[in-house]
Amino acid sequence: MHTIDHTISIIELDKVSYTFGGAEYAVKDVSFNIHRGDYLGVIGPNGGGKTTLVKLMLGLLQPSKGSIKLFGQDIRSFRDWYKIGYVPQKTTLFDANFPVTVEEVVSMGTYAKRGLFHFTTVEDRKKVHDALVQVEMLQYKKRLIGDLSGGQQQRVFIARALAAEPEVIFLDEPTVGVDTATQEQFYLLLRKLNRKLDLTLVLVLHELDVVAREATEIVCINSNLVSYCTPEELIKTGGIEKLYGKELRYILHDHGSISR
Amino acid sequence: MFDLFQYSFIIRGFEAGIIVALIAPIIGIFLVLRRYSLIADTLSHVSLAGVAIGLLLRLNPLVTAIITSVASSVAIERLRLSKKVYGESALAIFLSGSLAVAIVLISLSHGFNVDIFNYLFGSILTVKQSDVWLIAVLGVAVLLAVVSCYKELVYITFDEESAQVSGVPTKALNLLLIALAALTVSVAIPIVGVLLIAALIVIPVVAALQLKQSFRRTIIIAECISVFSVIVGIIASFYLNTSSGGTIVLISLLIFLVLFAFKNPRG
Repeated sequence: MHTIDHTISIIELDKVSYTFGGAEYAVKDVSFNIHRGDYLGVIGPNGGGKTTLVKLMLGLLQPSKGSIKLFGQDIRSFRDWYKIGYVPQKTTLFDANFPVTVEEVVSMGTYAKRGLFHFTTVEDRKKVHDALVQVEMLQYKKRLIGDLSGGQQQRVFIARALAAEPEVIFLDEPTVGVDTATQEQFYLLLRKLNRKLDLTLVLVLHELDVVAREATEIVCINSNLVSYCTPEELIKTGGIEKLYGKELRYILHDHGSISR
Repeated sequence: MFDLFQYSFIIRGFEAGIIVALIAPIIGIFLVLRRYSLIADTLSHVSLAGVAIGLLLRLNPLVTAIITSVASSVAIERLRLSKKVYGESALAIFLSGSLAVAIVLISLSHGFNVDIFNYLFGSILTVKQSDVWLIAVLGVAVLLAVVSCYKELVYITFDEESAQVSGVPTKALNLLLIALAALTVSVAIPIVGVLLIAALIVIPVVAALQLKQSFRRTIIIAECISVFSVIVGIIASFYLNTSSGGTIVLISLLIFLVLFAFKNPRG
């Protein structure tokens, strides 16, 4: 088992609310902390504010109320964005004919640290190489990203995030449209990154069974925070029923049984 | 065969043409891949209004075209970002609006002494030595700007949201790109003309994309197609006594069609 100091908070949300302009809140009064080495699963019903919450933590949206701290710094003055990796939803990501190789995609990860007006260095190329080795995609480095399978593409995007040498990676529904066997390999890779490299992971997912199995902490959100606990506690306290209510039977039917 | 080089206007045409051929695809690849090809067309019509202003006020039309199109590019981007009008309709407003301005200015002055036809379709005869210098300076500026922000431009073109998360200044770079497009469009006017500039920016890139190569290679291939089309186009237009702009665009179109047919044999 990994021995990480779970007491160091790297992301702190304090009474964060967000509204798209109307009276209704997409995220309301949410407070919790993400600690170094956490493997946090974010679950909740559709339209429950999962993606909004992630976008708030990534600085893509500004909170209407409350505050967010990244690595002890207020998000508005935070500049070390290379510490934060992001793997967006695969399906919305890019067009398959985009002329870019695996190597070029992973290189993008090194840009954040380097800044404008700087050229790629030997050190950057080594980071790209190491990241590709880490996700076992080195042999594909000259291939066009559009020619790869969904699972392989997702590994490349993990490599892009890794190339920045981040401390935390956000993954928003990363396995949409990827077959089950490939998904298993993908989660094995994530587990390895979390346990061996002490990388903090924030995983937004529909599949409750996967979150319950993989994550060390779970945030349940339905605009406000329903619960923040370990997978075992969530099941014991009936948090899932509270979160999904009548939807539960449908979810179980759709995604298989929840491991208990 | 090479008796055409004894004419200084041909030499000037080649000089200006090759610079334009080099910068057009390097801007074009970002516009095409961001589904923003129409911006080139819009900016070229804005440039025509700039040309009309220049001719009316007896200023260098190339200079007034550059100022008008760069200023409009900033306005277009701000209008698009404000989300008060749909992105495409912002382009339509500027495209038809500036064409209206151009036509009114031209009719106000009861037609200009200079043939407006040259500005519409391009004629290397209109390129003065001072224009060549201006085109060269601006061409180098565009090239330097793209080279120094190359990796960030590739990143935002591929995945703008992730680029933003990584701290890439996406808004500033979007504005830079559209301003560079405006510069490119204006300096290309004397060579291919207002109505055909978009073709020179878009067609070599779309042709190169057929070959499915890496980003870097796609740019290099597009550059080769563009330079080849301009050189062969100017030579052909000299001997066939045709419009330089039209001839250049037809040659690049021919290359596109060949590559398209080659890569998609069954259509």
